[in-house]
Amino acid sequence: MQIILTINNKLVTWDVEKDEMLADTLRSHGLLSVKKACETSCCGLCTVWVEDKSVLSCNILSVRVHGKKVTTIEGVPKEAEEFARVLTAEGSEQCGFCSPGFIMNVLAMKHELVNPSEEEIIHYLTGNLCRCTGYMGQLRAVKTFLGGALV
Amino acid sequence: MFTLGDLVQPENLEIAYQILSDKRNNTILGGCAFLKMGSKRIGTAIDLSNLNLRYIHETDGFIEIGGMTTLREIETHTLLKEYFNGVLPKSVREIIGVQFRNTVTVGASVFAKYGFSDLITALLVLDTDVELYKGGRMPLAAFLKKPKEKDILVRLWIKMDNCKATYLNLRNSASDYSVLNVAVSKLDDQWTIVVGSRPRRADIASNASAALSKGNLSNTDIEGAAQKAAEELSFGTNMRGTADYRKALCKVLVKRAIMEVKVCR
Repeated sequence: MQIILTINNKLVTWDVEKDEMLADTLRSHGLLSVKKACETSCCGLCTVWVEDKSVLSCNILSVRVHGKKVTTIEGVPKEAEEFARVLTAEGSEQCGFCSPGFIMNVLAMKHELVNPSEEEIIHYLTGNLCRCTGYMGQLRAVKTFLGGALV
Repeated sequence: MFTLGDLVQPENLEIAYQILSDKRNNTILGGCAFLKMGSKRIGTAIDLSNLNLRYIHETDGFIEIGGMTTLREIETHTLLKEYFNGVLPKSVREIIGVQFRNTVTVGASVFAKYGFSDLITALLVLDTDVELYKGGRMPLAAFLKKPKEKDILVRLWIKMDNCKATYLNLRNSASDYSVLNVAVSKLDDQWTIVVGSRPRRADIASNASAALSKGNLSNTDIEGAAQKAAEELSFGTNMRGTADYRKALCKVLVKRAIMEVKVCR
């Protein structure tokens, strides 16, 4: 099936299989930041934005993004780098495998929530399971990045 | 992972239902999250995305929720936050993560009658009707008792009454399935107690609800109702908890939920 979508602000026409999931389509087109790990739709690694909302790309049939705007971390390099620098400064940058999904969800949260409390931050990021460098370091980084969220 | 023979995106419900009825393995797609966990061989998959079934709005004293509305929309919608002490947003907010809730749908959660459903538990304590394309409109409780047959959940209707309600659950870890979930509501003097994820699907504890509605809400009455709920409902064992554990939990969560609703304004 043929789909037309806007990927990272570029209009593209792609051929996809009927039962192909978006994560696989994105990877097959070189967007290798998108990774799959859990196969049960709960780890958050494959997080991308569809119409600026965080979604699990391993869980969306590619045909369903026809006519939509899809954003991966490759499409927001400036913001992603800004947050990555804060993460690094807190010593919580991880090995990098899970980071794109985590960063995409943090950026989505920044766009969606206004002055979130610590509880709201934790709740928003629950769907990103891997925090191998530690929840506290990452939480500090997220708060710094959001600009002094309340403790 | 499921396999698809074909995928269609019909322009109206009539065609969608026709295709659904054509062959036994033709299937409606919801958010696909649970479907993905199995290995179903789907003949023709029917995607309802083009049918404008993604909405929450107010119509003649009812909140209407379209079948393709996502659980995240339930969680964040102002109307649902304001009504019934926000019991519906509260019931879905711990399901996996934001990214997951942005794709899974109300229609699939309710139509599939999942035992683990948090949403069904909360919907059952409200005056909720289910509207099916073929089967028509009926109370959610009646729908849950009906044998499964092919149909399309078009929308939910929730009466905008003065119901006070709450939802509680216990999870072994954040974002896991509930070991047990409980919702309690009070409309005037009528109480409704619902327990789900037993791990069977949510059910109303009728005797406990009736007893509580007759009493004067003393601590003894509340404890009595919680005890009754634990006795009249059946509980099972799975990897998340034993039947005995769930029964003990039921008593505690029902008691807490009643006490919460008692002070709800």
